Amino acid sequence: MGGGAKATLIREDGLRHDGRRPEELRPIRMQVGVLANASGSAIVEYGKTRVLAAVYGPREPYQRFMVLPDRAILRVRYHMAPFSTSERKSPAPSRREIELSKVIREALEDVVLLSEYPRTAIDVYVEVLQADGGTRVAGVTAASLALADAGVPMKALVAGVAVGKVGGVLVLDVDELEDSHGEADMPVAAAPDIGLVTMFQLNGVLSEDELDRGLSMALTAIEKIVSIEKEALKRKFEAIGEEV
Amino acid sequence: MSGELHGVIVAPGERLDQRVEAKAPYIAEVNGVKVATTVGIVSQREGKSVFIPLKGVYVPEPGHVVIGLVESIGVSSWGVDINSPYQAVLAAQDFLGRPFNPAVDDLSRFLKVGDYVKAKVAAFDKTRSPLLSVQGEGLGRIISGVIVEVPPAKIPRVIGKRRSMVEAIEAKTGCSVFPAVNGRVHIDCPSRELEVIAVLAVKLIDREAHRVGLTEKVIRFIEDERRARGV
Repeated sequence: MGGGAKATLIREDGLRHDGRRPEELRPIRMQVGVLANASGSAIVEYGKTRVLAAVYGPREPYQRFMVLPDRAILRVRYHMAPFSTSERKSPAPSRREIELSKVIREALEDVVLLSEYPRTAIDVYVEVLQADGGTRVAGVTAASLALADAGVPMKALVAGVAVGKVGGVLVLDVDELEDSHGEADMPVAAAPDIGLVTMFQLNGVLSEDELDRGLSMALTAIEKIVSIEKEALKRKFEAIGEEV
Repeated sequence: MSGELHGVIVAPGERLDQRVEAKAPYIAEVNGVKVATTVGIVSQREGKSVFIPLKGVYVPEPGHVVIGLVESIGVSSWGVDINSPYQAVLAAQDFLGRPFNPAVDDLSRFLKVGDYVKAKVAAFDKTRSPLLSVQGEGLGRIISGVIVEVPPAKIPRVIGKRRSMVEAIEAKTGCSVFPAVNGRVHIDCPSRELEVIAVLAVKLIDREAHRVGLTEKVIRFIEDERRARGV
């Protein structure tokens, strides 16, 4: 967090280091049904961040002691591939990955109709293939899309985005450089269709006003991302006829 | 595009008209608003708006006739995969239709792992494993033909309106086609060539389940294939 970084993160013309306006998202790309062996899968890209999600289940878990009599358990594994970063990342689950698995699970639990499948488990694997900031929020988006692709009933689609503060300016969809040199990072996930915020974290310091503005920026962006999710889902089913 | 869609595709969370009908859990009521919970199509049928899921998980119900795959052999029962989150149980006493003594009867003599059985769901309520029964006409071990898997949500399309699709495939191929609600279709044909055509026809239905004019397309497909293959 240095004053020296500010000059490079926000240019003199007010644009960010990669030429984006402060409230601009990176190019977002989504594809559904990318893995044949999974019940549902999706790949999501926020700029250079690329995340793959695969859903298996609902199914009876091998560890029978885990089952709950009244609902399914949602198990999420967030993992960064060893090649996802510029320096090799150990494939062993780190403290951060264990925490993010929990955070992503909690961001999805409120929308998935778990009570429909008591005594079962739904496994969600979130694999970061390429990391350039915002991997947890891209992970939430990919996981939500993969759950929908698997036919797991859910009240709404969830998407995430991170708002940051760099050089005193609130910026949307922070990348790795802005995340590591910025003053604050605020990942948010929500289900705009039902007006529910499912994840809200803040690393760093924001004033009350900045927090309000940041949250509003995030929620506006999430609406856009959810509409891209819906397009990706519908595209899969609309395109099926063309393959024949 | 090979045919127009049956209706409008909707994604989870999208608001639906209050009059749209669907079975649980494909529709949920959130804050007094009806929303779709899976990807599906809202279609008009006989003056009514219905939600047809395109993806879904098979949950057994008592009375359903399913095709199960024997996965394990226990002391007095078989563990049967019925393409559902819950593994079903087929009791030896039910399968044999007589009292069963584990000291005398070896279950693997009757059903081996990998065998398919056509069975009825006798009992299930989500708190215990589904119980299967083969007591009934046409139920029991499947001894000939092939099994094709399609998503359970697409089985109504394989059956067709008033069995029109099944009857069309049977008439055009001479095969017997039995689509089970759990997403497995049993096809039994007089020859290997016809079997291949019937399997391809079912896969075509799987790919194009949500498009109109499918029965005609399947009939054309079978006729073209028979001509091309000379059967």
